[in-house]
Amino acid sequence: MYDIEPRVNGHTERASVPAGMTLLEFLRDRLALTGSKEGCGIGECGACTVLLDGKPVTACLVLAVEADGLDVRTIEGEATDGQLSALQQSFVDAGAVQCGFCTPGMIMSARGLLLRNPHPSDEEIVEAIAGNLCRCTGYEAILRAIRAAAQQEVEPLPGEPDTKTARLLRSDQSTGGRP
Amino acid sequence: MTRELTYVGKSVPRDDAADKVTGAARYTHDLSLPGMLHAALVTSPHAAARIARIDASDAARLPGVRAVLTGADVDVRLGLYMQDKRILAHDVVRYQGEPVVAVAADTLDIAREACRRIHVEYEPRPAVLDPREAMKTAAALVHPDLGSYSHMEGVFFPTSRTNIAHHQKIRKGDVDAAFASAEVILKAGFDNPPVQHVPMETHASIAQALPGGRAEIWTSSQSPYTVRHLMSIAFGLPHNAVRVHVPYVGGGFGGKAGLNLEPLVYVLSKAAGGRPVRFVATREEEFNTLPSRQGLYSTIEIGTTRAGTIVALKATYVWDAGAYADYGVNVGRAAAYSGAGPYAIPNCWIDSFVVYTNKVYGTAYRGFGHLEVLWGVERAMDQMARKLGLDPAEFRRRNLLKPGDMTITGETFTAGHGEPSACLDAVAGAIDWGTPSPPPVEPTKRRGKGIAMLHKAPAMPTSTACSAIIKLDEDGAADILVSGVDYGQGTYTVLRQIAAEELRLPIQAVHINSDCDTAFTPYDWQTVASRFAYMGGHAVLRAAGDCLGQIRAVAAQVFGVATDKIVCENASAYPAGEPERAIPYRDLALGYTYPNGNAIGGPVIGHGRFIAHDLTHLDPDTGQGRPAQFWTYGAHGVEIEVDTETGEIEILRIATAIDAGKVLNAGLARGQVIGGVVQGIGSALWEGFRFDRSGHLLNPSFVDYKIPTAKDLPREMTPILLENPQPDGPYGARGIAEHPMISVPSAIGNALFDALGIEFASLPLSPESVVTRLAERGAEP
Repeated sequence: MYDIEPRVNGHTERASVPAGMTLLEFLRDRLALTGSKEGCGIGECGACTVLLDGKPVTACLVLAVEADGLDVRTIEGEATDGQLSALQQSFVDAGAVQCGFCTPGMIMSARGLLLRNPHPSDEEIVEAIAGNLCRCTGYEAILRAIRAAAQQEVEPLPGEPDTKTARLLRSDQSTGGRP
Repeated sequence: MTRELTYVGKSVPRDDAADKVTGAARYTHDLSLPGMLHAALVTSPHAAARIARIDASDAARLPGVRAVLTGADVDVRLGLYMQDKRILAHDVVRYQGEPVVAVAADTLDIAREACRRIHVEYEPRPAVLDPREAMKTAAALVHPDLGSYSHMEGVFFPTSRTNIAHHQKIRKGDVDAAFASAEVILKAGFDNPPVQHVPMETHASIAQALPGGRAEIWTSSQSPYTVRHLMSIAFGLPHNAVRVHVPYVGGGFGGKAGLNLEPLVYVLSKAAGGRPVRFVATREEEFNTLPSRQGLYSTIEIGTTRAGTIVALKATYVWDAGAYADYGVNVGRAAAYSGAGPYAIPNCWIDSFVVYTNKVYGTAYRGFGHLEVLWGVERAMDQMARKLGLDPAEFRRRNLLKPGDMTITGETFTAGHGEPSACLDAVAGAIDWGTPSPPPVEPTKRRGKGIAMLHKAPAMPTSTACSAIIKLDEDGAADILVSGVDYGQGTYTVLRQIAAEELRLPIQAVHINSDCDTAFTPYDWQTVASRFAYMGGHAVLRAAGDCLGQIRAVAAQVFGVATDKIVCENASAYPAGEPERAIPYRDLALGYTYPNGNAIGGPVIGHGRFIAHDLTHLDPDTGQGRPAQFWTYGAHGVEIEVDTETGEIEILRIATAIDAGKVLNAGLARGQVIGGVVQGIGSALWEGFRFDRSGHLLNPSFVDYKIPTAKDLPREMTPILLENPQPDGPYGARGIAEHPMISVPSAIGNALFDALGIEFASLPLSPESVVTRLAERGAEP
């Protein structure tokens, strides 16, 4: 067993894990963060995508011990105080969600993109989610959602301590969704 | 007088999206129960073999193992239409991937370790792999006891001592005479491989065997009530002793219809002393063990006049059912009555054979056989048009069903069916049909255009039923209870729109819980066949009407007027012409209380039901009858660019027209069309099982089985939704969810011929097959 201390969605977690435990198992089974999904277990579908120190990784291929001391961000850390991020709201508004099983991983891949490139081109958006499989939507609405979110979010200010969270310019652009 | 619609037709966003974008949505994959055990399987490495011996003693001794079951331990026959399948293989295995031994243990790791310690001795046998060979009398039998299997009589017709699980006949007119008089005849063969549905959530089920012979199940399923019904039959339990929960479902596409893993986890739970047992299929098991779309071999003959009027069509469809009949027999039935395309065909003869082989078994998949048969029919129509020297669109236009024509099962086509020719014209216009594609910049590329028609009706029992309950809350809001599942298609949002429209409530005040639970949500057959918005829509309409009746009755008493003088508007009720006296629903929802304390009425709970009407079984000898509650017609037009060096096909633009009757939610309908088209592109270009000569599946993973990614999007997609109302549809609507996928391969295949002048008869149109055919032609690219 190995002792690890990853910082997950802003909270430091202390745990003792077996060497073979994946980060996905750690998140889902130990922390009950079941938003990250397992669609294939071999890093081919992207449903388990989380951010490790701001970079998208497939959590089924990362060992929990590798996350020791690192910053892990999952879909559960995307909304703030119950308020959807502009990216999440764009997914709702664009009709980018059908069954929803790929959605958390898709949003985390998009978040990773917007963190490193707040104004991505369409090609860069496609490239960023090319490893996230979706069987329902045909991707078109997802591309629109990410494009719309990129237009709404501002770049983090230089030198700001938390550059991992692109701040929301406006998050009340919803035309519908939950009342 | 028609009132302007407030919600129906509008792009109301789905209200489960917030759960789904935050990770709060809980799927069966995410559920965990106190004391829950985890299951793992030993599956057959052989496509066909006798099980000589199973030694599980090592596994049973492993600490943490709570149950080990083999086929000898569970003698239960299962089957949707044909009871041909066991929970675990007994004596013989019939496909590679078939469950042989099941283990339940404290952890998944222990369960898998136990599986590794189980030794199964097999005596491999030659596998029956080609359904055309399997039909022959000398073929080895996948099910030697077929004649003794119980099955749905009068609907399915297995042939004893053969591999034929079902033979569907369509006979109309005099085909021999028509071909004898035909001036132009075309005969062509086509084939489709089996494919996987690939829901992003693999199959997952949890079951607990409870005291007193009860069963509680949580499952990733399209069919809560069908699971309950089939569990009840399989285990001899009263229906209300089986409780089925369906939480959020991560995609289904037909693969989660019927009964799947539920019996397996239930028998494991029984064997483990009633602890809940969970099984989640790995992606590899999803490919190898869970059902697929059947493969198909088609032979199609068309006879026409010189002027291009179809006089006869004859087709033979041989379905590769795999090891068990499951849904496959009904696919073979439904695709037969749709098996001539949306054309007026005076003389028609179709034989559709559903044939057992030693492959993973087939089931429903979005379109239910129609993508497969129309791959052949719509390619053959193009070939016929060229033979006649006619434009393929013009040839189709001359033969498409129009009011007064008769379908191949004897149904009269009316204006209320929709307008296939308008769909054709819409897509032709959208892709500038008739104008050749401009030559591509790169000399190694070729461009082409293609069109194809599609049609489909729900394939369902003649008595398919559905119900809904609406209950008003203390604040006057409404909760809808249904047991159809919204596994992504968006029907719950549409039902909320209908209820809000009818009850005159704001859309935010109408809610549907994402969980179905047979203990509380009312009966629905199952969520398949693009019939939920239609049937569920009717049920909700009627439940809302029932609520309004109860509200009016109380309000009429309060106001001292006749009930028909009560107007319901803005979440309140008032006497006609006196809106200032309105009583809000919140003061009526639980009953009305007078100022002096007297109360009348009671909680408003409305009930609505719907049952298929006027449907008949098809005549066993001729296939004549009324199989379809409604038909939905459509067309695709596509322009492609082929790279003659790599064989890759790029979709430049694709236009899809569907006659929806009435678009209930424009945004969701668009989502269904685009999602369906892209799924169809997968079937067209890449997807298909590959087997070796012994029947081993060679591509059971996303590494070797490619589905469309974001990189594969067409450059331009144009969804076009027509609105010729369905006379008996809710607000005039008919189902549209499966249809966008159907005939996408046909349109692309036709465009590929236009680009290269090569006839492709087999799917997928993979780079490998394109390059191979170009090389065979030997001509310069």
